[in-house]
Amino acid sequence: MTVISTTPDREKLEMTVVAEFDASVDQVWQVWEDPRKLEKWWGPPTWPATFTTFEFTEGGKAEYHMTGPEGEKAPGYWRFEAIEENRRIRLLDGFATEDGSPNDQMPNMVMEMTLDEAGGKTKMTTVTKFNSLEELEQLLEMGMDEGMTLAMGQIDDLL
Amino acid sequence: MVVGLPTKPDAAGPEFDEDQVDLIFHALSDRTRRDIMGKVSQSEQSISDLARQYEVSFAAIQKHVSVLEKASLVTKRVDGRQKLVQNNPETLRRATELLAEYERIWTQRINAIGQILGEERQVGDRKRAEERKRR
Repeated sequence: MTVISTTPDREKLEMTVVAEFDASVDQVWQVWEDPRKLEKWWGPPTWPATFTTFEFTEGGKAEYHMTGPEGEKAPGYWRFEAIEENRRIRLLDGFATEDGSPNDQMPNMVMEMTLDEAGGKTKMTTVTKFNSLEELEQLLEMGMDEGMTLAMGQIDDLL
Repeated sequence: MVVGLPTKPDAAGPEFDEDQVDLIFHALSDRTRRDIMGKVSQSEQSISDLARQYEVSFAAIQKHVSVLEKASLVTKRVDGRQKLVQNNPETLRRATELLAEYERIWTQRINAIGQILGEERQVGDRKRAEERKRR
């Protein structure tokens, strides 16, 4: 059973997400280290991710794109800032241009992921830090599907 | 990178223009001001109340509050002879809504990871069962 707690810090513009998996630290590490596994969860179901470059080493770069329902492609990149095997990954995640180079016009964010062994299970903590509210807004509105505006969250708001 | 999210209609929150966003992030870029935001989020406080809690002058706190006020992060209200500082929930509400959207992305990701690990476990169990049968 996966237990999740999410703690948004609206003043520091940070989001901390904690999940617990009924798996070993090594198995959870694999879903980050193995790009074929990563592709199965990184993109939303309607926008699956494909990693075309994956240099899993400090200072290394990953290039990927997400493919939308209409076949549109959104290119992105990661820059691995720190990697401690089975323990911690810190990376910069941003938008890329067509040729895979970072797109400086678009927002990026820093994400840090830590794994802890907890009684035979594995606790995964990710902290994502946004540069500004404006960038967060830009990130979330990117590639949105106009037709999907009435989602569950809004129904809650109406009740 | 974040794509493909359903988003809320504009009516869900106040819209910011670029200048206002600059003011908000300039205001929140200072540790003392963020700390003041935290304190007034819990209860409204006068400037002298705030000044007592920091090792800086009353004037410095007054300046910090004025920066936060220009960014619409706090408002001041007069109560007798003192001015009380309170946070502006509207501005922070928008930030909270945006973070909630991001939270949904992660919930989705974690469910997907859970599924991958679950499938691996089943494959592992099957292999172990087959090995047992062979023995």
